[in-house]
Amino acid sequence: MQPLLKVEGLKKSFGGVAALRDGRFELAGGSVHALCGGNGAGKSTFLSILMGIHKRDGGTILHRGKPVEFSSPAEALHSGIAIIEQELSPVPHMTVAENIYLGREPSARFGGIDFKTMNRNAQALLDRLEFSISAREYMMNLSVAQMQLVEIAKALSHEADVIFMDEPTSAIGEKEAQHLFSAIERLKAEGKGIVYVSHRLSEIFQIADSYTVFRDGGFVGAGKLAGIDRPGLIRMIVGRELGEEYIKTNTPTEIAGLEVSGLSAPGKIEDISFTARKGEIFGIYGLMGSGRTEIFNCLFGMDRPSSGEIRLDGQAVSIRQPSDAMAEGIAFVTEDRKVTGLNLTDSVRNNICLASLPEMSPAFVMQKSQEQAASADMIARFSIKAARDTMPVSGLSGGNQQKVVLGKWFLRQPRLLLLDEPTRGVDVGAKREIYRIICDFAASGGTVVMISSEIDEILGMSDRILVMRQGRSAGIHDRQETDAQSLVHLST
Amino acid sequence: MSSIENKTTSNWLNSDRRRLIMQEYGIFLAFLLLVAILSVSNEFFLTPGNISNVLLQTSINGVLAIGMTFVILTRGIDLSVGSVVALAGMVSASFVTSSATAGIAGAPYPMVVALAAGILVGVGCGALVGFIVSRFSVPAFVATLGMLSAARGATLIYGGGKPVPGLSPEFRWIGTGNILGIPMPVILLAVVFAVSWWVLTRTRFGRYIYAVGGNPHAAKTSGINVTRIRFMVYVISGALSGLAGMILSARTGSALPQAGIAYELDAIAAVVIGGTSLSGGVGRVTGTLIGALIIGVMNNGLDLMGIQSYYQQVLKGALIVGAVMLDQKRNQGV
Repeated sequence: MQPLLKVEGLKKSFGGVAALRDGRFELAGGSVHALCGGNGAGKSTFLSILMGIHKRDGGTILHRGKPVEFSSPAEALHSGIAIIEQELSPVPHMTVAENIYLGREPSARFGGIDFKTMNRNAQALLDRLEFSISAREYMMNLSVAQMQLVEIAKALSHEADVIFMDEPTSAIGEKEAQHLFSAIERLKAEGKGIVYVSHRLSEIFQIADSYTVFRDGGFVGAGKLAGIDRPGLIRMIVGRELGEEYIKTNTPTEIAGLEVSGLSAPGKIEDISFTARKGEIFGIYGLMGSGRTEIFNCLFGMDRPSSGEIRLDGQAVSIRQPSDAMAEGIAFVTEDRKVTGLNLTDSVRNNICLASLPEMSPAFVMQKSQEQAASADMIARFSIKAARDTMPVSGLSGGNQQKVVLGKWFLRQPRLLLLDEPTRGVDVGAKREIYRIICDFAASGGTVVMISSEIDEILGMSDRILVMRQGRSAGIHDRQETDAQSLVHLST
Repeated sequence: MSSIENKTTSNWLNSDRRRLIMQEYGIFLAFLLLVAILSVSNEFFLTPGNISNVLLQTSINGVLAIGMTFVILTRGIDLSVGSVVALAGMVSASFVTSSATAGIAGAPYPMVVALAAGILVGVGCGALVGFIVSRFSVPAFVATLGMLSAARGATLIYGGGKPVPGLSPEFRWIGTGNILGIPMPVILLAVVFAVSWWVLTRTRFGRYIYAVGGNPHAAKTSGINVTRIRFMVYVISGALSGLAGMILSARTGSALPQAGIAYELDAIAAVVIGGTSLSGGVGRVTGTLIGALIIGVMNNGLDLMGIQSYYQQVLKGALIVGAVMLDQKRNQGV
């Protein structure tokens, strides 16, 4: 039988960096196909090319045997390829029917909209799919899971036969997920092809028939899920053995640096306790939305915990806002440097000095010479590659931008370093340098807590690892006694 | 301004540097060009009398626009400045009027009392707006639109809808007097400019304003009290509106309830022409001053050429939009 969708040799580079080197994929009608891979494996690039968001550099896409090329998501949808995105974007103040038929409302006389027909058609479609949703309900009154179902209905109203679902269960509960799976089963029975993208392996084994694995922008393998077991799939996703990439030079002491006990924030984290020792790199692993960043937000005063105690070097501290945390010697390298780490419109120097201005210039007027010296010091220490430190930080590469963020915090000489995805979007060379900086800090007696969703990194760098699952701790493990398989298993 | 010096020391012909220079000085060159054209086409333009006149015309808008710069740098906007001008002008005037009916009991008081009252009114209006914007996350557009209406109403209530005439000569001096031949309003503008330039480029508070406008999230994670900075910029804008209101009353000799209508538009125009980005974090008070001067010079030049004021408004509109179009193109890195 001819495959519904066949992709070969798909290539895409961004600014000289290959995001996708060899994307291969084959989808059969009436099946659910899991697309697997770690962060940066090239999945999102693959999806965005298929949806016409990015233009490919090379390769072929055959839809029902015909080569296709889309220049916008609308074109892709028109030809029958739909995507249910991770972040849904409905029009909240319109009804379900209006959302489904947005942009192609049936017209009545005098150029008006024939609401009656539209509502009837939408309801018929929803009923056929056995979604118990009213077509006249306002979108904003629906749950996230119901909105997903509406998106599916919308895709089918376009007569899509290929439906991509990108992390559809990341924002919905277990019961709703089972609901979604039965909807997927019905689509499958209708002969549609569903591409299921998820980090949650248990779901993949529950719902999918076959799999394709990407790693580092390339195709690794594909096959029937019946022919592989969970550890086998994880091995394919994780790939290489952990080699020389991580060189640890720190040795944990027995002195507690940070003690957290019973930390809770309603709806975010529940009863988190751990102790990170001086000289230790303490890792936190978990999926997005598992509550890992929320722990840092509570520690740094961005969020108020409802209960729990935080001790630094044995002393209980009370942190109500970021400046309290900073006064206690806590530094926080946030998850997304562009959103929360840097002022992109400002210079390298001003960004490095931003968190230290009160110390550097106790009076109202700034001490320019001090800033100059501090910035030169950090640039040399972290070998930040910038033509001059008065240039805008937006002109630097990702790795150098990240080092500016690190410089900003190291300037404060912290005793506790909170790192949230410290190497996201950073190339291999800069990664090593950042690892070296982290290790040096720990080796000199600092306490490090590091969040990462990159399993190699968490295993390679941490001394012990706390696994987060749905806002709760799923145990703390020694690096010697755990491996990728069990971490992934615990986190899902 | 050593950053500018650094950029011009070497290799200035390199295209990257040339663009930077255009970015730094583009607006200044445009201003010089405008002045050159006007001085060639009209021999009266460059006379000391006319120059002083242009500066005088620019002073009130200049003061307002500088306050507006603080607000816009934090991604805000202040639509209320025109109404605050009227309210502060009227309240301060009521302290120094010789009219028995329009003033408050015991007037005329010494000038200092009136000055304090005018600034306080401005600070009060700014503080209220700042509180609403920073604490309740009401969009600045809405909060200051409310103040635009409320302060105008308060002016009418306070003065019973009538002007306050007969202001004391001592008070009128801040609008009509001069020091060494330089009109007082111009001196006040110069002082406001110098202090604002120093605050924005040389102090921690100034740096925080840019940080909050450039990326409020990053500012917050860096331990900056974003709420306080947001509050403060409206207080500054309010205080400068109060000052502008008093200059206006002092110049006209009486406080009018309809004073300052649509002044916010000229102030925003000056800021925008001066290259400050409405999306925050980028801009200079120097640019704002030049922006205000461009508007003043253009109005004056067109007057001299005998062009009707109706046309002046059309040209000003084109200038504002044109300046931002150029700015956008420049920011896309071409």
